[in-house]
Amino acid sequence: MSKNSEFVKFDKVDKSYDGKVLVVKDLNLDIAEGEFITMLGPSGSGKTTCLMMLAGFETPTNGEIFLDKNPISNIPPHKRGIGMVFQNYALFPHMTVYENLAFPLRVRKINKDDIEKKVDKALSMVSLSGFENRMPGQLSGGQQQRVAVARALVFDPQVVLMDEPLGALDKNLRESMQYEIKHIHESIGVTVVYVTHDQGEALTMSNRIAVFNDGKVQQLSSPDKLYEEPVNSFVAEFIGENNTFAGEVTNFQKDQCKVKLLNGSEIIANPISVKSNGDKTTVSLRPERALINTENKMDNNFKGKIEEVIYHGDHTRVRIDLLGNKEFILKVPNSSANMDIKMGNQINVSWNSYDARALDPK
Amino acid sequence: MSSETKQILTTDGIPLEASLKKAERKNKIKAFLLVAPLLLFLLITYIFPIGDMLMRSVDDKMVTEMLPKTFKSMEKWNGNEMPPEEVFKSFYLDFQKLVEEKRDGKLSTQLNYTKNGFKSILKKLRRKAKNFEEGNYKEQIMAVHKRWADIEYWLAIKRRAPAYTSSKYLKGIDMYKNEEGKIVNVEEDRRIHRILWLRTLEIAFFVTLLCFLMAYPIAHLLATLPMKYSNLLMICVLLPFWTSLLVRTASWMILLQQQGVVNDFFVMIGLVADDNRPEMMYNKTGTYVAMTQILLPFMVLPLYSVMKTISPSLMRAGKSLGGTPFVTFWKVYFPLTIPGIGAGCLLVFILAIGYYITPALVGGASGTLISNQIAFHMKSTLDWSFASAMGLMLLAGVLAIYWIYNKLVGIDNIKLG
Repeated sequence: MSKNSEFVKFDKVDKSYDGKVLVVKDLNLDIAEGEFITMLGPSGSGKTTCLMMLAGFETPTNGEIFLDKNPISNIPPHKRGIGMVFQNYALFPHMTVYENLAFPLRVRKINKDDIEKKVDKALSMVSLSGFENRMPGQLSGGQQQRVAVARALVFDPQVVLMDEPLGALDKNLRESMQYEIKHIHESIGVTVVYVTHDQGEALTMSNRIAVFNDGKVQQLSSPDKLYEEPVNSFVAEFIGENNTFAGEVTNFQKDQCKVKLLNGSEIIANPISVKSNGDKTTVSLRPERALINTENKMDNNFKGKIEEVIYHGDHTRVRIDLLGNKEFILKVPNSSANMDIKMGNQINVSWNSYDARALDPK
Repeated sequence: MSSETKQILTTDGIPLEASLKKAERKNKIKAFLLVAPLLLFLLITYIFPIGDMLMRSVDDKMVTEMLPKTFKSMEKWNGNEMPPEEVFKSFYLDFQKLVEEKRDGKLSTQLNYTKNGFKSILKKLRRKAKNFEEGNYKEQIMAVHKRWADIEYWLAIKRRAPAYTSSKYLKGIDMYKNEEGKIVNVEEDRRIHRILWLRTLEIAFFVTLLCFLMAYPIAHLLATLPMKYSNLLMICVLLPFWTSLLVRTASWMILLQQQGVVNDFFVMIGLVADDNRPEMMYNKTGTYVAMTQILLPFMVLPLYSVMKTISPSLMRAGKSLGGTPFVTFWKVYFPLTIPGIGAGCLLVFILAIGYYITPALVGGASGTLISNQIAFHMKSTLDWSFASAMGLMLLAGVLAIYWIYNKLVGIDNIKLG
C-alpha cells in the first residue's frame, strides 16, 4: 500500500472572522497518510482555526482543503468522517462510557454485535475495559481523556484531530498520556493532526511539527530539525531555550559570517537568513551547545562573569554576563568537574560557529 | 469488628464527638440567627395564614355556638318524625338570645346556605316570637309558617350541628351531602366548579406547552449567540418582565379587542372582512395569548441558565462523530436541557394554574379560571370558608403535580440557575 503524501492538503487557505484581520494567511500544508503532525504555536496563532476548518466547524474564507484529493469545504462535519478529541474531552455527560463510544457507531447504523465488538476493542486499546457502565462524571481526568480518544477512534476515521487534549491534565498524567497516544498512533497507523501550545508535547509525539505564528506556518519539519536548525528567530525562541545576540553582519561568506555585536565584539556565526554584509541579524545559540572551560577547540571563545547559579538536580543553570548579554544561559551537567561554578567567578565560554545561527533580526 | 466502637478522645481526653459539637455550636447558633428573621417572616406571612385558611375551610362552629341548647336536645332525636317539644323549646330559647344580641341575621344567612327558605321563616318567627306564651313551643312555632312544620328544615338544622364540616370541599367539586347523609352530585345545570377546574388545568397545560415551544429556541439563541446580540435579546426577554402586569394585560386588551390593532391589521391585509372581525378577547383565546406572553420569561430563564452550561463542544463532538445536526440535537443537546425544561414547565404550570389578574381582565366568561371564582367568593358572596376550601384544593393540586413531577423526573434534576 503506497502512502499518500498529500492525504490532507491545505491549499492557499485564508481565514478571517471579521473581514478585517486574517487569522490564517495563505496556508499551504500537506499531511501524509499515517503521519502524526502537530500544529504548535502560541495562543491566537491560528492553529486551532486550522483544525476547526479541517473538522468542518469553520469554513475557509479563501482556498480549499482536500482530504484524500477530494475538496471538503462544502461537506458538513458529520459527513467528513474525521474523529476529534476536544480540549475539555466533550464526553456526553448523560451517557455511559459504552453509550459514548457507541454513539458514532449507532448513527452509522452499524448492527449491535459489531458495535459491541468495536467498543470492546477501543476500550481495551486505552486500557479501560470494565468501565463500560460508568458515567463520565465518575471517571478521573485521565480516564475521561482516554475515553475521548477511544471515542474518536472507534469508528475507524481517516483522520483524527486532537485539540490540546492534554491541557487539563496534571504534569505526570500528561506525560504518560503522551506516550499512550503515541503508541496508539503507532499501532493503528491513523493520521493524527494534533494541536498544542506545549513544545515538549510536540517534540515527544510528532513525526513533523508545524510551528504557527501570526497565521502562518513558520517552519514545518521533524522535531530534531526544528530544535537543532530553526529557520527563523521566532522558531528559535519558541522551541526550547535560546541565547541571542543582536548585531550586524560584517564579513559574509557562504558558510560562515562575522557578526559585530552592539558592544563592539565580533563573533563567528552560521549564516541562515542573512544574505550580505550590513544585514541586521539575531544570532541564536542553544544553551547546551556552549561549553565552559573546555579543552576542545572551538572557534568562538569568550570570557563571562557568572551572575546566577540555579540548581536543577541533574544539571545546573548558570546565568552569565557575556558580550553585553546579561541573560546568557548555560546548562552545566552536574559532575565533579564543574565544582568551581560560583557566583561572581570569571569563566571561559566557547562554542562552534556552526551552532550559532544568524537568523532574521527580531 | 467488635460491637462497641472505641470512643476516640482528643489529646485533652475529651470525647472527640463532644469536642466537635462544642466547636461547631457557635457556628450553628450564628447560622440559625441569620435565618431567624426569614423563618419568622415565613411563619407569620405564610405558615400561619395557610393554617388559618385550612381551619376556616372546615370550621363550622358558628352555628354550633349560636344554637347550643338546640343541638344538645337534638342529640336524642332520631330524625324520623318531627322533633319533640324539648327541641322546639331549646330552639326558641337559643333564638330569643340571638335576637337580643342581634345575631339572628347571621344565623339566617348560615342556615340559608344549608337550605334555601330559612331566611323568610326566621324573619317571621322573630316577629311572632314576641307574643309567644310559655309552654307548648312546638305548636306555636309550627303555626308561624308551614315550613316550620316540615321535617326537612329541622333536619337541615341538625346537619349544622358538627363543629367541622367538609361541605365546602364537596361544594368545590359540585357535590353535597344530601338529607340521607350521602355524597351526591348537584344537579347538572348547577355544576360550575368542575368545568372551572378542568378549564384551569387545560389552560395551564396549553399555556405551558406554548411557552415551552416558544421559549426553547429563544433560550437556545440566548445561550449561543455572541455576547453583543445575546445581551440585546436578553433585554427583549426581560423588558416585558419589568413592566407592570396590569400594563401588559391592558396592552393586550388594546391589541386584541374587536376594534383593536390586531383586528385592524387583519382587515387591512384582507384576512377577515370588516363586519366579521373575530373575537379574540373575553374568551379563551385572550387568556391563552396574554398568559403565554406574560409567563414566557419564566420558561426562558431556567432554560437559558441550563443551556448556558452545555458546552458547545458537545454539539461539535456529536457532529464530528457522524451525527447529523438533528440526531446530535436530539440525542445530545435535548437530553441535557431536560432539567431546565422541567424547571420551566413546573414554574409556568404552577403560576398558570393560580393565575388571576389576566384571566379576570381578558378572559370574559369562558376564559376565567378557578382563582377568579375564589376571588368572587372572597369579594362578592363573602363566603370565605368556601373560598378557603377552594384555595386549599388548588394548593393540594399544585402539591400533587409537584409530587408527580418528582416521581417522574426527580426534583433534584431541576436547575433554576
